[in-house]
Amino acid sequence: MTQDELRKVVLATLLSIAPEVEADELRADKPLRNQVDLDSMDWLNFLLGLHEKLAVDIPEADYARLVTLDDVLAYLGARVR
Amino acid sequence: MLEFKLPSLGSDMDEGKLLEWKIKPGDRVRKGQVVAIVDTSKAAVDVEIWFDGTVHELLIEPGATIPVGAVLATLLAPGEKLGAPARPAPPASRRKISPAARKHAEALGVDVETLAGSGPGGAVTLADVDAAAAQRSSVKPAAVSDRQAEMRKAIAAAMSRSKREIPHYYLAEAIAMERAQAWLSEANAGRPISGRLLMAALQLKAVALALQKYPEMNGFFRDGAFQPFAAAHIGVAISMRQGGLIAPAIHDVGEKSLDEVMRDLADLVKRARAGSLKSSEMSDPTITVTNLGDQGVEAVYGVIYPPQVALVGFGRIAPRPWVDAAGGLCVAPVLTASLAADHRVSDGHRGALFLAELRDWLQQPEKL
Repeated sequence: MTQDELRKVVLATLLSIAPEVEADELRADKPLRNQVDLDSMDWLNFLLGLHEKLAVDIPEADYARLVTLDDVLAYLGARVR
Repeated sequence: MLEFKLPSLGSDMDEGKLLEWKIKPGDRVRKGQVVAIVDTSKAAVDVEIWFDGTVHELLIEPGATIPVGAVLATLLAPGEKLGAPARPAPPASRRKISPAARKHAEALGVDVETLAGSGPGGAVTLADVDAAAAQRSSVKPAAVSDRQAEMRKAIAAAMSRSKREIPHYYLAEAIAMERAQAWLSEANAGRPISGRLLMAALQLKAVALALQKYPEMNGFFRDGAFQPFAAAHIGVAISMRQGGLIAPAIHDVGEKSLDEVMRDLADLVKRARAGSLKSSEMSDPTITVTNLGDQGVEAVYGVIYPPQVALVGFGRIAPRPWVDAAGGLCVAPVLTASLAADHRVSDGHRGALFLAELRDWLQQPEKL
């Protein structure tokens, strides 16, 4: 999977949880949860969605590393087949 | 002959619009079965019947707006016989469509009658609605803003009534969450994402267990008297993405395992946001829990949702200076839990004991 395809999957998953998000306005290098109103349940569903689409396991201990969209893409990019 | 009346779907709802019948004359129905879909200012609600019987006559046509308590249908009790034939049913709803899809269509301003359904039996699905909305060049903004205005009005009515009628008192307690957090991290480390718990599940269970000892926080104040409930049906305040909130119940939280509470919570949030709730979830919360910790506030002092008599609020779990059992100063994760309670029913002394009980349960996560 290319970085572009991965980005599309991540954004689609995010939009399914927060439909009000304008993908073009997201800053990939800024904390995601400062830009999008995601509570703990939304966050869990976001990760669950990514897990279902990409078959990547994301242990809870790694949540702290997933701050920005870039972080998420790098994390998944290193693990996705 | 039994009369099936429109149940109350929360104190901020005094009428509803019948969207669809799920039954027809001659059908046998069982207690708890969904028999109709009624639109309220907050959501399309699957209305359940609360007795067994056989449908005799449907008295209200889909599309009609009816007040709470109006008779919607008559039914024969089990074993009851009737001489006169029943009148023919009003025409059944033309479209097969799930409540979620119907809600979604309404929010987007899509006319479901014009849609071709791709689901089982030609049912209109969420995807069909999305496709129809995408095909149009512009979405009607009026539908969404009307819904929001209606919801705002309903919240205003319920909260004004609460502040007018209920003499609130407020208490707060800082609770060390080190044990609960450590227990949760360990529990979640061995679980797949789909089976993970949120702290909210522990909080709800702890509230339910504390209520068993302090039942005067759990029930309804109606007609000048308090009716306590044995079961804790906890209303969970869920914010809607377009604004507004709804607080449907998770039933019997005290009897459920943490896994069950978590599963029910996830399901409830999902259905609340999709606009697909059941009448029992709307009508019978015996207390409400609100959690604004994700928004970063330290504490929340809530407004009681009548006819309930208490509301528990949770703020953010954050590292704060803390004095440990040995009297030493340290940094610990701390949660502020608050109680807003009805002074007609309980006093601050009992409220304080309730919060202390809640705090003690959160120190023993393995027992939740």
